[in-house]
Amino acid sequence: MTSIHVPSPIIQVRNLGKYYGNFDPAMIERTGPEHGTARDHVTASIVAAWGVNFDVAAGEALGIVGESGSGKSTVLRCIAGDVAASTGDVRLAPFEDGNVNILDLDPSARRQLRINTLSVVYQDPAEGLALGVTAGGNIADPLTAAGWRNFGAIRDRARELLARTEVPLDRMDDIVRNFSGGMRQRVQIARALANKPPILLLDEPTTGLDASVASGVLDLIRQLLEELQVAAIVVSHDFGVIEMLTERCLVMQHGRVVEDALTDQLLEDPHHPYSQKLVAAART
Amino acid sequence: MTLEATVNSSPTTIAELVGHRTTETFALRDEESKREIRRALLQAVCIPGYQVPFGSREMPVARGWGSGGLQVTLACVGADDAVKVIDQGDDEGVNAVNLRRLVTMSTGIDETTEVDEATLIQSRHRIPEDDMNENHILILQVPVPEPLRGIERDIRELARMHSEADYSRMWVSLYEDKVRNGVITQSTGYPCLVASRYIVATTPIPRWDIPRLHQSKFLTLFGAGREKRVYAIPPYTDVEPLTFEDVPFEVESADGATCRLCGSSESFLVEMPGKQESWSCSDTAWCRRQRNT
Repeated sequence: MTSIHVPSPIIQVRNLGKYYGNFDPAMIERTGPEHGTARDHVTASIVAAWGVNFDVAAGEALGIVGESGSGKSTVLRCIAGDVAASTGDVRLAPFEDGNVNILDLDPSARRQLRINTLSVVYQDPAEGLALGVTAGGNIADPLTAAGWRNFGAIRDRARELLARTEVPLDRMDDIVRNFSGGMRQRVQIARALANKPPILLLDEPTTGLDASVASGVLDLIRQLLEELQVAAIVVSHDFGVIEMLTERCLVMQHGRVVEDALTDQLLEDPHHPYSQKLVAAART
Repeated sequence: MTLEATVNSSPTTIAELVGHRTTETFALRDEESKREIRRALLQAVCIPGYQVPFGSREMPVARGWGSGGLQVTLACVGADDAVKVIDQGDDEGVNAVNLRRLVTMSTGIDETTEVDEATLIQSRHRIPEDDMNENHILILQVPVPEPLRGIERDIRELARMHSEADYSRMWVSLYEDKVRNGVITQSTGYPCLVASRYIVATTPIPRWDIPRLHQSKFLTLFGAGREKRVYAIPPYTDVEPLTFEDVPFEVESADGATCRLCGSSESFLVEMPGKQESWSCSDTAWCRRQRNT
């Protein structure tokens, strides 16, 4: 499958793969969309994602869409470092000028990337936030990790971020557990932006929020993506989210990319039968 | 039983066993187990602030009553040493007296209340007010050696945080403390960064004594018997209490208070139990000397 050419990408992903269980080269041939499964019937291994290639340019948001179990979150988590990839090559331009495959880094170096190179916003705020800590304290965490040691400056930065993500400032010193789902998600976004990372990964950022709250959060994310010019990857099963946030997207099914297209083109004229099914489902 | 039989056979009754034990072990414990502690201490000195596990044994004092400090003292003591033991700042505290007796009775070394004369000073809560030097080893009895215990319970995660010097959550807890209370409230066990690398719990000493640890001339050994850890601050090592640039580290103070016995306002003062506004020096040996000179 040909991939759309991106000049000087910020994120470059080549042959990313992740399987669970034992490896048998033949199992790659026995799984995927043609076989209708990601689970190999011989080895019982799961090929969660295989042969994933894409580039993301500065200021661009790439969508990854697919149903549950299609491997889209696996791809994102392999890049984030939450899941160890089985194979592949991922380079980030802001890190060592893209000369290092970050999949080769040890876990400690991977965590370093999360401080100011790459941030993740999870579907569940409990994954990205410490719920027993105040909204301000959650933002202080990445700031102190990056070496901030001035209490006043940390407060100012937290205030600025919470204002930007439309969290009422009088809630800044309340613990996040007492916040509503939508507000938790806004705090999570504020925290993700604390050290101005050039790369933002969003994993189902509005799933689980009710429709009106979700659209508010979605609006905020769209504004931020435009304003900050970060390279972003947005994973969602919801074409509404993909349509609103991304210019280009991948469609994944059973652990493989089945289509790579401009988002509006895909919605108008999906090629792969699975894409057609997804688009049809989203349009009804 | 003939005399010959007694000499040649192993003891079979307790009465015989008692008769067999002709020499007391120096410093209570066998040489092998003391050597094991000294190995752990050497590692602790080599990696300032790093918590080294050691084989904490049952002692004649209960865990939580200074068994860690006692094991360190007994591992370090030699025939030429003189020992001072204080509880709070008091040489006459019941626990201090008991521990000191145990050390002197099992070694025959001298005991003293004077810092000048002591080589080993075991303490709970305080560093003596007097100047200490390269001839001193300060041994602190530690209840909770893990400075991050309050923010993380998983021991593997704690090990990871220390190994990567990933201390941002410690900073967040200081931030939260300041936000909630306006000041950083932690008093004893204030977290300090040792040699710009490991965070240690300076438990059990108050904030007052923390500046004394920075670039100290003396060696400080921390022993936690219940938690089976030792750690160390070698002489001439940087010890920085964690604090924000714009929130100065402050020690405890009792405004305008003076010791009711010696009149000093320069020492660490404690309030007399049950008596408001009646203060006295916590370091009793120092206070006594102030009165006599």
